[in-house]
Amino acid sequence: MTAHEIHALAGAYAVDALDDVERARFEEHLAVCAECRAEVASLADATLLLSEVTAVAPPASMRGAILADIKKVRPLPPAVARIEKRRPRRWTGLVAAAVALGVLGGGSYVVLQIQDDSSEVGLTAADRVLRASDVQHVTADLARGGVATVFHSAKQGKAVVVTEGLPPAPSGHVYQLWLRKASGMVPAGFITGTGEQTELFEGGLAGASGAGITIEPDGGSKVPTLPVVALVDFEPDAT
Amino acid sequence: MSHLQPVPSGETTPEGTGAPAPALADYLRRSARGDEEAFAALYDATSARVHGLVLRVVRDPAQSEEVTQEVFLQVWRTAARFDETKGSALAWLMTLAHRRAVDRVRAAEAVTRQDTSYHQTSRTVPHDSTAEAAEASMEARRVRSALSELTTVQREALELAYFGGYTHTEVATMLDLPVGTAKTRIRDGLIRLRDAMGVGQ
Repeated sequence: MTAHEIHALAGAYAVDALDDVERARFEEHLAVCAECRAEVASLADATLLLSEVTAVAPPASMRGAILADIKKVRPLPPAVARIEKRRPRRWTGLVAAAVALGVLGGGSYVVLQIQDDSSEVGLTAADRVLRASDVQHVTADLARGGVATVFHSAKQGKAVVVTEGLPPAPSGHVYQLWLRKASGMVPAGFITGTGEQTELFEGGLAGASGAGITIEPDGGSKVPTLPVVALVDFEPDAT
Repeated sequence: MSHLQPVPSGETTPEGTGAPAPALADYLRRSARGDEEAFAALYDATSARVHGLVLRVVRDPAQSEEVTQEVFLQVWRTAARFDETKGSALAWLMTLAHRRAVDRVRAAEAVTRQDTSYHQTSRTVPHDSTAEAAEASMEARRVRSALSELTTVQREALELAYFGGYTHTEVATMLDLPVGTAKTRIRDGLIRLRDAMGVGQ
């Protein structure tokens, strides 16, 4: 897709008329295109006008229900300025080629600095995935707050998850990684720590069609239980 | 508490909200700190606007109520993420509401692909029955008149996308247009609406 074509998506983006793949692609573009950001902002104001003509009061009972519900929910802290912090030096045209199941959304986007392919010695396996020429990534908002981006490279045969704002796992529990293969979900290690973490998925990617993060009792599980924190699909053909 | 309300200094009141724009931003900021009263004021000022849009997109009243509740819970939870430098409080709120409504109809669609009988019985709300309550509003009349300045094809594409929750590719197919044309019409329609109403510049 050319820059011009991407640009033309601003209107459709403003009215949520992009599918998930296009939306991810456009948000990656937005992060690097001030002109598109300005256009989206001005079209958002026009979009707002459309909802002037549809106002309908909800049933009176809803007010009490919502005010009761919020007592049970803690407001999230402000987001740190992660986008500005991570403005990419070089844009490699990589595109999130997959759709998260149900957990993608919220309009947040993360751009990580990605450099060209490198087989330099001394790099960790995770670095080699992040720098692979065929690396693809999928970003998902996590069910309990925070964002995870899964990078995967067929050439390296590995996947890496990078989290931001990962909340601590409940006590006595850990975040466990999974790769989805034909035989089912295969355990692929753990995320240790909170906040910003980079973790390599254990095991090769061969035959993997997606990845997941769940919360499991300490020590992990052989098959995923609940809750699911994130699930993402690898879709190598979607580009 | 009404006598303690900030006096709007020549600010316009966003129609259907009953509160001046600066007040909404303030309610949001206070909600982020856990102020339930501020959140209740925000709800009172915006619930008709949010619910009306959700109802228009989702159509099924029971599902729409669920979505509206989810929207306000999300607002409570994520109020700290509102960034005044990127747009108004109302724009933030309505963007969130629209996204959720669209997510709901698209998820339902994925289910109904496997169960067409549900599909046929669940979308029975007549197209325009939900918009009537807003007819009386002055600002809504102004928007309607601006909408009437769009070409028919622009309006069609824009309404299918925004109120129908369809992707631009689906809109193209529904209107028998080449892929790529619908997104242009949506964008042109929004630009025309923006210019007619003198917003966002």
